Formats: sequence, structure tokens, C-alpha cells
Amino acid sequence: MKRAVFRNRGLPYLLVLPQVAVTLVFFFWPAFESLRLSFFRTSPFGDRTFFVGLENFQKLLVSPDYYQSIVNSFIFALGVTALGVGAGLFVAALATQKIRGLTAYRTAVLWPYGIAPPIAGIIFLFIFHPSYGILPYWLSFVTAYEFNWLLKGGVAMALVIVATAWTHVGYNIAFFLAGLLAIPTSVLEAADVDGAGPIRRFQSIIFPLLSPITFYLVVVNLIFSFFGSFGVIHAVTQGGPGGATEIMVFKVYKDGFIGLNLGSSAAQSVILMIVVITLTALQFRFVEKKVTY
Amino acid sequence: MSPDGTLAAPARATALPRVVESRRRPFDWGSVVAHLLLLACVAVIAFPLYYAFVISTQTVQEVLARPPLLRPSGHLVENYLEAWNRSHMPRLLWNSAVVAVVSATGKIVMSLLSAFAIVYFNFRGKLLVFWMIFITLMLPVEVRIMSTYEVIGNLGWLNSYSGLTVPLMASATATFLFRQFYLTIPNELAEAAQLDGVGPMRFLWSFLLPLSWANFAALFVVLFIFGWNQYLWPLMITNTEAMRVVVIGLQDLIPRTGTHVPEWNVMMAAAIMALLPPVAVILFMQRWFVKGLIESEK
Repeated sequence: MKRAVFRNRGLPYLLVLPQVAVTLVFFFWPAFESLRLSFFRTSPFGDRTFFVGLENFQKLLVSPDYYQSIVNSFIFALGVTALGVGAGLFVAALATQKIRGLTAYRTAVLWPYGIAPPIAGIIFLFIFHPSYGILPYWLSFVTAYEFNWLLKGGVAMALVIVATAWTHVGYNIAFFLAGLLAIPTSVLEAADVDGAGPIRRFQSIIFPLLSPITFYLVVVNLIFSFFGSFGVIHAVTQGGPGGATEIMVFKVYKDGFIGLNLGSSAAQSVILMIVVITLTALQFRFVEKKVTY
Repeated sequence: MSPDGTLAAPARATALPRVVESRRRPFDWGSVVAHLLLLACVAVIAFPLYYAFVISTQTVQEVLARPPLLRPSGHLVENYLEAWNRSHMPRLLWNSAVVAVVSATGKIVMSLLSAFAIVYFNFRGKLLVFWMIFITLMLPVEVRIMSTYEVIGNLGWLNSYSGLTVPLMASATATFLFRQFYLTIPNELAEAAQLDGVGPMRFLWSFLLPLSWANFAALFVVLFIFGWNQYLWPLMITNTEAMRVVVIGLQDLIPRTGTHVPEWNVMMAAAIMALLPPVAVILFMQRWFVKGLIESEK
């Protein structure tokens, strides 16, 4: 650790002041308020609040709608993570020999990261469109299944998962390629000399060496898809059809902002806080391991 | 590398030239296949954007044609003009640019100041400040949604640029990045500066900042994209046409089922205009973007 050099009584406080002020006013105070409100119920006119203890939480935990939103969040997060990390692993598996131009491929896959998931959602909305979309059109030759996201919850979920994963696939691939580039050539050559085929090389060398990156990416993708996914749901499906794509962060917004059920919304915020704390702790626990590449 | 290792390899290669020859062939095939599959990946990833672009150049009749037309048509200019005029596009893009640039700049300034204080000073409550900044990572807007809205309301910041940008300016990742960077700078630099009678602010301005340009560029690119693509926050605190950002304003153009003409061509033209700035930033500032992405995640 570096030795602090400068001596000054007031200056360091002045330097941290802007950041601390923003943190207190927009992060800590609201988080504290959410925590407090989660134990209260607001009267229908919003003029009075009553202390109700854990009632908000109890109500949530017996509410089938809330369970549905938890299940939806997991399906969504696991779907996005599986697609994104799976594609990254797939590319890593393809590039087991050090082929040329890996950085060019990185450029060629990384750009969708700049696209906001809601915009990606709108593009896929058209690709999935039941009457004009190209995907239902192609699928109509293969299957008679009616590929209509307006009616079928599963299709709507697939739509938002694919759109979100699309924006993040390149990010995952880029990390895997960076990891791949860092594997010493000598190790791969040694395996080659020992007669290990591509599959064996992937299994015994590349995958184990990339596993810290894999783990890290799984956690980052989970965090992103749990908490960064409000926009795509709001822009594309609004939680529908029939609540099939209503994920937890969308429900907090809907119940609080539109339903004006402040107590319940605050309780949901608190539950989400617990989720994000767990995931962030996981991310930082393994942050040292990740540095291997 | 041990001298044994470097010597052994060529010795072995000359001893067994034939074996090496025969190994080569399947190896090359493998890399051809890998290239083809990687190109297929690139094509799959590029297709949605290509298709959106194709649609944005067609007339409504062409958009609805069966089988779908996969080649660009000649109506690019009129569709983009239509999207530009119909959705207040200049205003939307301007708002997004303000949010992205101001929030990224604010984050960088605040983070570098607090990192400077944390690394170069001893002060009471330093650890507390450090943890406070760290904990913001665990409090995304989504988990404090209603109460933050209330705070903004009380400040009178609804529908304002302050409301859109200031709350985004606290950044744990940027602070950690600068802290990490300052820690790599030898202590002797600060000590020498101090001996020469250079005060802390002068040291920050004339010594640290000139060394930090690479970090600024890398962070700025990542934060610009983050700011441009904000959704929930601007959705909550703005409700006027004039203050909408482009990612949200775009939705007015979505042809929902049941509305009259399915003008997906205009929709796609607007979508491309909205996604172009951040994507262009990634492509043109590739090197900084990758640096920022990797370092800010550490």
C-alpha cells in the first residue's frame, strides 16, 4: 500500500465531497428510505403511512404473481447468460489453435455492445413479428407452430432473451479471446506434440485455463440480466403476454410507479438489494482469480 | 525459459522431420474450419443490424413482401428524413448526447478527485468513504427506484438535465480504476514534487493528469456508452417531449399491432440513428474501449 504523502486537514474532505454528496443523496438516502418504507403501508390517498411490520414481505411471499416474476427473472437471466457465455465458449473452442486475426474477429463481434437492449429489442420485435417478421416466415417452412409472441409467453420470453443476449455476446467473446491470447503458445504446442487433438486440447488445457474467466462472465452476465434488463422488457413486451415476461425489476417499477403500491414496491426493492449484494460479493470473491489471463 | 527447453525443440524437429510434416496437414484444415465457423459467427451477429438497415431503405410494400427482401432498396433518404422529422430526432439525439457526455465527464472528475484524496492523503473517515463508494455498486437504480424518484422530485429536478445526469455521477468502478492507477505511480514522484514545494492540487494538475490521459479515454468511451443507453432513469424522471432521450423517444414510432400503417421502415431508420453514435464510438475508439472494458471490470 502506498504511503500517503500530502498533509492537509481540509483538502481531502473537499476532494471527496462531490462523490460522497451524490452517494449520500442519491444512493444511501433512497436505499434507506426503501428499507424503511418496506415496513409501512401507505393509505390509498398517499397521505398517511402505517407501520405494518413484515406484512409487505409476507404478502409478497404468498403472492403467485411475485413467484412468477422470480421464476421469469431466473429464466431470463439464465437464458441470457447461457446464450452469451455459451457463444463465448463456442468461439474459444473454435479458436483452439492460434489462428490469425483473432483481434479482427474481436472487432467484428464487439460492436453490438454499444446497442441499448431496448433498441435491440425493437429490431428483434420486427424479426419475430408474427405477420411480417423473417423468423416466423422461415420457421413456417419447418414447423406449423404458431410463432406469435403476442399470444405465446414462451415466444415473448425467447424474443427478449435473444435481443438482450445479442447486445452482450460480443462482450463475452472478447473476454474469451483475450483469455485465449494469453495462453502461452508453448503450452498448446506441447499438447500438439503430445498428439492431443482439438477436442482433447479444449477439454484438458483451454477450458481449465479459461474457467476463471467463464465464472467471472457468468456472474457479470447474471448481474447484468437481473438488473440491466428493465429497458428491453418495458420497450418490447411490457411484461406481457399475461405476465410471462414480467421480471422482478419490471414488477418493482410497475407496482410502485404505476400501481402506487409503495410498501410492496419497497419490499421488492429490499429483496432485490439482497440479490445484488449476493451477486456482487460473488463477483469480488473471484476477482483475484480472474486476473490470471 | 530454460536453455534446455529452447534447445530441445529444434533438435527434436530436425530429428523427426517427417512426423512434423504429416502433423501439419490436419492442423491447417483445423484452422480453415475455425476461420469459417468464426466468420459464420460474425455473420450471425451482424445479421440483425444488416436486416434492420435493409428494412430502413425499403418502402412499406417492400417491407411486407413475401418472401422477405434481403437486399437494400433505394428509399434510404426519404425514410431517414421521415424518421428525423416525425420523432423530434434532433432534440432526442441532443438530449442523449448531453446525458452521455455530461455524466461521463462528471463521473471521471468526481472519481479522480476522490481517488486522489484516498491515495495521497491520510484523513479521518477514509475507510468509511472508501466503503461508501464501494457499496454504490450494490445499489443500482432498480433497487431504490421509488425513493430516488422522490428525492429528485423534492429537489425540483424532474425534467431537467441536472436530474438526468448528476445522480449517475457516482462511480465505484471509475474511482477504483483511478486508485489502482495512482498506486502504480512511484511514490518518489510525489515526494520529489513536494520537496520542490509543489502543493497537492498543483501535483494533481501538472503531474498526475498528464499521466492519466489513457485512463480518461478508456473510461470516457465506456461511460459514454453507458450514459447514452440509460433507460429506467430517464424514463422515470422525464415526462415531456423536450426532455426525452433517444432510446425512450424511439418507442413512439413502434407500429403496434392494430395501428394503421406498419411503417417498420421508418422505425428501423430511427433505430439506426439512435444506435449509431455509441456503435461508432466503439468502432472508432476500439483500443480505448477494450482497455476501458477490461480495466473497469477489475
